[in-house]
Amino acid sequence: MPTVSVKRDLLFHALGRTYTDEEFDELCFEFGLELDEITSEKDIISREQGNTKAEGASDVILYKIDVPANRYDLLCLEGLVRGLQVFKQKMEAPLYRRVSPASGEPQRLVITEETAAVRPHAVAAVLRNITFTLERYDSFIELQEKLHQNVCRKRTLIAIGTHDLDTISGPFTYTAKPPGDICFKPLNHAKEYTAQELMSLYKTDSHLRHYLHIIEDKPVYPVIYDSNGIVLSMPPIINGDHSKISLNTKNVFIECTGTDLTKAKIVLDMMVTMFCEYCEEPFTVEEAEVVYPDGRICQYPVLCPLTITLQSFLFESTEHIAQLLTKMCLRSEVTSDGEQIEVEIPPTRSDVIHACDIMEDAAMAYGFNNIPRTTPRTYTVANQLPLNKLSELLRQDLAAAGFTEALTFALCSQEDIADKLLKNISETRACHISNPKTAEFQVARTTLLSGLLKTVAANRKMPLPLRLFEISDVVLKDETKDVGASNNRRLCAVYYNKSPGFEVIHGLMDRVMQLLEVKPGQGNGYHIQAADDSTFFPGRCAEIFARGKSIGRLGVLHPDVINRFELTMPCSALDIDIEPFL
Amino acid sequence: MADTGLVETLLQRVEKVDGGLDSQDVATSLGVDHQAIVGAVKSLQALGDVISAEQRSSKHWELTGEGCEIAEQGSHEARVVSSIPKEGMPQSQLMKLAFGKVGFSKAMSNKWIRLDKGHEGGPRIFKTVERLEDLVRDKLLLVQKGQASQLEEKEKNELKKRKLLSEVTVKSYWITKGSCFSTTITKQETELTPEMIASGSWKEKKFKPYNFEAMGVAPDCGHLHPLMKVRTQFRQIFLEMGFTEMPTNNFIESSFWNFDSLFQPQQHPARDQHDTFFLSDPAQAHEFPQDYLERVRKVHSEGGFGSQGYKYDWKIEEAQKNILRTHTTAVSARMLYKLAQQEKFTPVKYFSIDRVFRNETLDATHLAEFHQIEGVVADYGLTLGDLMGILHQFFNKLGITKLRFKPAYNPYTEPSMEVFSYHEGLKKWVELGNSGVFRPEMLLPMGLPEGVTVIAWGLSLERPTMIKYGINNIRELVGHKVNLQMVYDSPVCRLDS
Repeated sequence: MPTVSVKRDLLFHALGRTYTDEEFDELCFEFGLELDEITSEKDIISREQGNTKAEGASDVILYKIDVPANRYDLLCLEGLVRGLQVFKQKMEAPLYRRVSPASGEPQRLVITEETAAVRPHAVAAVLRNITFTLERYDSFIELQEKLHQNVCRKRTLIAIGTHDLDTISGPFTYTAKPPGDICFKPLNHAKEYTAQELMSLYKTDSHLRHYLHIIEDKPVYPVIYDSNGIVLSMPPIINGDHSKISLNTKNVFIECTGTDLTKAKIVLDMMVTMFCEYCEEPFTVEEAEVVYPDGRICQYPVLCPLTITLQSFLFESTEHIAQLLTKMCLRSEVTSDGEQIEVEIPPTRSDVIHACDIMEDAAMAYGFNNIPRTTPRTYTVANQLPLNKLSELLRQDLAAAGFTEALTFALCSQEDIADKLLKNISETRACHISNPKTAEFQVARTTLLSGLLKTVAANRKMPLPLRLFEISDVVLKDETKDVGASNNRRLCAVYYNKSPGFEVIHGLMDRVMQLLEVKPGQGNGYHIQAADDSTFFPGRCAEIFARGKSIGRLGVLHPDVINRFELTMPCSALDIDIEPFL
Repeated sequence: MADTGLVETLLQRVEKVDGGLDSQDVATSLGVDHQAIVGAVKSLQALGDVISAEQRSSKHWELTGEGCEIAEQGSHEARVVSSIPKEGMPQSQLMKLAFGKVGFSKAMSNKWIRLDKGHEGGPRIFKTVERLEDLVRDKLLLVQKGQASQLEEKEKNELKKRKLLSEVTVKSYWITKGSCFSTTITKQETELTPEMIASGSWKEKKFKPYNFEAMGVAPDCGHLHPLMKVRTQFRQIFLEMGFTEMPTNNFIESSFWNFDSLFQPQQHPARDQHDTFFLSDPAQAHEFPQDYLERVRKVHSEGGFGSQGYKYDWKIEEAQKNILRTHTTAVSARMLYKLAQQEKFTPVKYFSIDRVFRNETLDATHLAEFHQIEGVVADYGLTLGDLMGILHQFFNKLGITKLRFKPAYNPYTEPSMEVFSYHEGLKKWVELGNSGVFRPEMLLPMGLPEGVTVIAWGLSLERPTMIKYGINNIRELVGHKVNLQMVYDSPVCRLDS
C-alpha cells in the first residue's frame, strides 16, 4: 500500500478546518485510508541517522497516510483534499475539461517507428498558465515519483517527463537512437554526456541506478527532441537540463512514454487532473496531438468520463444511491424511468472498471458500518476433507501414545533433505525454488524427518527421551498433475535417547497400524522387512508394507546423519505415507 | 524417623511439666545434640496433634575459638606479663611468642610492662607489676558458664570487637502437649495396601497424612502443538457453521490459478520476484481448461462481462509460471470453477486452513510461510450485509463481539473490507483479517450464473494464536526452533473464553 506524506497544517488549511489526530484518523477510516504515522522530518532523520544529524531539520508535523494501491488520485495533497472535501460535501466534484490552445495550434509529439523496438507508446498534454508555489512545486515532483513507483511499476511500464514549455519549441519528436548518437546535458548537470556515458555515470547514483536495467540491453534508447534538436528527455532514465521546470514556470509540457498505452493514458490523466486546479482557468487542460508512425493523430489527455449504468442495488433507494455516489466524486443521475442510475466516472478514477466498483463507493459513502447485518439463508451440510479428518484423528492418538507434535517448515535447504540425510538431491524428486533469498528456502521438503531432527537439535537441553511426531505434507514432483508436483501426507516420528529405542519406534508403528485397523501379517495385513537406506544405520532399517504396498521405513538413524544434525545421541525414526489408508 | 527411644523420652518429659519445654534445654539436660531433638519433634508433629511445637528463636553469647583459649590460659597481655622474668626480656624474643604482638600492646596500655629502648643489647622489656587482675579472662569465664547477663552490653560488644565473643541465634521449639497427647505412639501407615483391603486391617490403622502442598508427578504423555490446537478449533467452528473443507493439499500452484483466475493483472506487484517464490523445477504448469483460459485472457486484456478490463497484453507464459501458492484463494478459485461446471448450480460454503508462502523479508512476526484461514460462501443474491452478518457469527464463536469494517483494496474483491475488532487489552482497534465480494470478472468467466454472489474472508492462523498464548516471536511458535517446554505447558484451546 503506498504511503503519502503530507504536512498536517497544510492539509488542514486546504480542508478549511482542523481536526484532532483521533478525528482525522476516524475520517480516514471511513474513507478507506489509514493514518499510519504522525511524525516530522526531524523525527524521521533522528530515528534513521541519530539525533545529531536531525538538528536543524524541520519539525513541521507530517501525516503519513496509507492509500489503497488502486487509488492513484489520492497520491498527493491536491487529490486527497479534493476527495475528502467532496466526501464531506464541502465542494462539488470538479469537471475536468480538455481545451484547445488559444492559438488554435496544439503542441504536437511525433512518434517515429524506431521506438517500436524499445518503448513504443507516448502521450502528452499542456498545463497552461499554471502558478506554482514552493509547496505546489514539491507536490508536483512528489506525485511523479509516487506514480513512477506505483502504477508505472518503477518506470518499467511508464516514465513521466515534465518540461518548461517556454524553453522549448514544438513539434517534438519521440524517437529511438543508438546510445552513442544521443548527447545532451542531463538534469542538474553542467556538461553534455552521450547516453553511453550517462549509463555508466548513473551506475553509482543511489536513485537512478535502479532504472538503468530497463533499457540497458536495448540497441536503441528512447529520446525526445524539440524542433531545434534540444533533448527533452531520455525516458525512463532522465530529463534534459534545458527544459527543467522551476517555481517560475508558467506553462508545462507533460509527456508519458512507455510500454503500456492504457497505463500511459491513466498516468497523464492523473498528472493533469491533480494540478490543473492551479491553472489560470482551473480544471482545464490544453490538448496536445500525438502523431503515430502510421500517420494517425490522437488528442490527449483523454479526460473522457466513462458512463456506467447501475441496474441493481444492494440497499437503499436509487435517489439515495445517486446522492451517495456524488459524494464520492461520481456524478450520478437517476434515469427517467427511475429504475437505473447513470454514473459518470471522472478521469481521476481509473480504478473504476465495473459497476461493482461503484457499489463499493456507494457503500463507503453510506458507511460500511451502517449497513444492516443479515444472515444468509444458504443451507449446506458440512463435510471434512477425508485426508484432514484422518490426520486429525491420528494426531490425537499419537499424542496419547506419548509423542509430542512438532510443526516444522515446508521449505528448507537442499542440504536438509539430501546431504544431511546421506542422500543425493537428484534421487529426492524435490521441487526447486528459483528465487530464494537464503538457503533456507531452496526446496520444498520431501521428508518430514529433517524438520523433526532440527527440532530435536534446538531442544537438546530438554530431558530425555525426546519423542516427536508430525503429520503434514511433503511435496514431490508428479508428472500426472497440471503443475507437475503434488503434496503427500506423511506421518513421521523420532525417538531420541541414550539408547536407539528401535523397539519404541517399532511399537509406535504397530500402534499406528492398530489404529488404522491393519493387522500384522503378509497379504492384507502389515509387515516389515530389512531394507537398505543410506539414511539409516546398516542392518537397522526396515521397509514397511501394508496391504501389499510399501508405505515407508523405520529404523535407527546412521551416526553420520546424527552428526550432521548436530546431535549426540542415538535416534530411531518412522516415516510413512498415510494416504493409502483413506 | 527419629530414634524411638529419644521420642519416648521427650514425650515423658513433656508429660511431667505443666507448661512446656524448650527443645534447647531438653538437649542440654539429656546431653544430646539439639538437631536430634528437632528430629524427634518433627516426627511427632507428623503423627498429628500429639504435641504442639512452636518455633522460637533466641540470641545468646558464645566464646569464639580465641575466646576459649583465653578462658583457659589467660589473656594475651596476662600471659606476656607472666612470661617475663625479673631481669626482663629482649623485645625481639617476646615478639616471637604466639601471644607476643597483641599481648605486648595491651600490656603496654595497661602499664603492666615498660620498654627500655636504650638498653644495651637491644630494646628490653621489664614487668612493672607483680600481681594483676586478668579481667578479660574473668569476663569470658562468666560467659562460658552461661552468666553472660552479668556483663554490661558495652563490655560484651568490646569483647565481640576483639573477636573473643560472638552472638549466635538459636532456633528452638517450645513444646507443649497436643490435643491427642499420649506417651505411647502407634506407628502410622504410609499407604493403603492390597493386604490391608483383603484383611480389613485398614480399619484399625492410622495413616500418615499427605502433604497436599507438594506438586504431583507429571504424567508421561505426549502433547499437541498449540498452533495445531488452534487450527482444530477453527476447523470446528467452520464445521459448526456448515462449511465444507476444501482440498488444499497442493502447495505448488500455477500463476494462472493463483493470480490470473482471480483477475489479478500480470503486472501486479504481488507477482514480483520479491514477493512470490517461483519454481525452477517444475517451472511451468500445463493443461489448463482451454475455453476458460481464453475467457480469462479476454477479461484481462479486453474486458467483458460488464467490465472495462485492464487492457494489457495478457501472456500465457506468465500464467504458466509455477509458484508456491501465496494464498489458499487459489484453491477457492479451483473449487468455484469446478462448481461452475456442475449442470445445475448449488449453493456452497467452503473453508480451508493451510499453509501459504511469501518471499518476504522476515521479522519477529513474519515468516516465509504461514497458515491462512479462509471462508467462502456462494449463493444467489448474497449481499454485503450477509458478509458482515456471517463475519459476526464467525468471530462471535471466537469470543470477539465488537467488530467494524474498513473499506480496503484487493484486486479480486469488490467491495473489499478489512475486519477490525476492539482489543480490550490494547484499548484499540486491531486488524483481524480481510473480506470481500469476489469480482464478476473473476466469477463470470468461470461460468457461474449471473446473480450468484460469492463472499469470502481470510485471516492468518498464527496471529490469533500468538495473541492467545502471549507469544511475541513467531519463531518460538512455528518451525524447528520451537521451545518444546512451551508445547508441553500449553493449555487446552478454547477460543471463546
